[in-house]
Amino acid sequence: MKYLALAALLIATPALAETQTADPFPVISPDGSLYQAFGGHEGLVRITDDLMVNLLADPRTHDFFVAAKRDQIKTGLIQIFCHVMGGGCTYTGKNMTEAHSQLGIREEDFTALVESLQKAMDKNHVPFRAQNRLLAAMAPHHREIVTGAGKG
Amino acid sequence: MKHHLSGALLALSLLAGVPAARAESIFTYASGKLLLTGGVSQVEGAAGGGLTPWAVIGGYETKDQIGANAFYTSVDTQDYRITSQGALVGLYNRVEFSYARQDFDTQGVGAALDLGYGYTISQETVGVKVRLLGDAILDQDHWWPQVSAGAQVKHNRNGALVKALGARDDQSTDYYVSATKLYLAHGLLLNGTLRATKANQFGILGYGGIDNDYHLQFEGSLAYLVNRRLAVGAEVRTKPDNLAVAKEGAGVDIFAAYALNKHLSLTLAYADLGNIVTRHQSGLYGSLQVGF
Repeated sequence: MKYLALAALLIATPALAETQTADPFPVISPDGSLYQAFGGHEGLVRITDDLMVNLLADPRTHDFFVAAKRDQIKTGLIQIFCHVMGGGCTYTGKNMTEAHSQLGIREEDFTALVESLQKAMDKNHVPFRAQNRLLAAMAPHHREIVTGAGKG
Repeated sequence: MKHHLSGALLALSLLAGVPAARAESIFTYASGKLLLTGGVSQVEGAAGGGLTPWAVIGGYETKDQIGANAFYTSVDTQDYRITSQGALVGLYNRVEFSYARQDFDTQGVGAALDLGYGYTISQETVGVKVRLLGDAILDQDHWWPQVSAGAQVKHNRNGALVKALGARDDQSTDYYVSATKLYLAHGLLLNGTLRATKANQFGILGYGGIDNDYHLQFEGSLAYLVNRRLAVGAEVRTKPDNLAVAKEGAGVDIFAAYALNKHLSLTLAYADLGNIVTRHQSGLYGSLQVGF
């Protein structure tokens, strides 16, 4: 019985360690300098506000967001961006796969969102290099987000 | 005359006015890639830098779309004017078909060789490229690049002349493998291409010479994104040295590629093409690409 518990512990420990290290949103700027380049919390609020305006104005993304819980999406994005850029936030929303599985988002829709985000970052004077660091951290999530036509 | 003019004006205003929404939907059809990430048109018509193919599939299409573009390129060197024009179609970000024609105007050299001033050697290239693995742009958490393999089927239209200069054939096929990776966080794009070729001076001087073997050549590109519309960089392309009549060396260039939008881009470069028959050739390179 003792051995069994020990064996279970041995098996469980690496698994635990793995869940702890496998952050779906790895921090790319632990010192928070990137978070500062984005204007901190206030900057991210302005950027996500502008992002949402752009997404509704773009016919390619309008339909995805018009009926969505936009405030909830903005809050989630702010938490993710803040966390990734070393602002010390925690993301409390659904995981990416769950949140997007029913939406049938295609790669071109994903690109349209990136372009709306680029416009919003431009408008808020985020330096090009800082923009690209955030985009590089977000790009791999196309795998959980893009579930529409021609997947794989 | 007046009638024709007003008719034309009416047609123009109709084109400009009514179908604007429709035109927009056509123009945004293949807009699924980010600006400049489909590369520009290399001299033989494939998507890439100016001299070398990249692993990217040309056009702005995604795996659900079809993209296309056409280009015109001109290089003016000390003794020659080289133009290239062509078009490509990108299917589902997987396969690229291209066609290009290069015209090599020998200008005064033609006169000196008794060919006549402005004697022009032409080559046609039909290309195919297939993406094998990876995504140079989206897979930012992978170290491995996007890899594609391609072939360029070349036909020199001045076979008698190039054979007289020592080439063995007036047609041949190049095979290449390209690996391309965008390091987005650093704004850097790297490409490496290995090409097996028999071509002399891209094929302008035919194929084969001292030997009739394939020669393995390296081509590389480095680009830095200044902003979303502008990339600057450098390229190198080694070439075989297989004709007895004249030495052949590597080509290099430094370039700036500017995309006004997804439909129009302009590339300016200073290209050094190495020795071409008479002497070292270098000069300004300009390329315009229009995409749909």
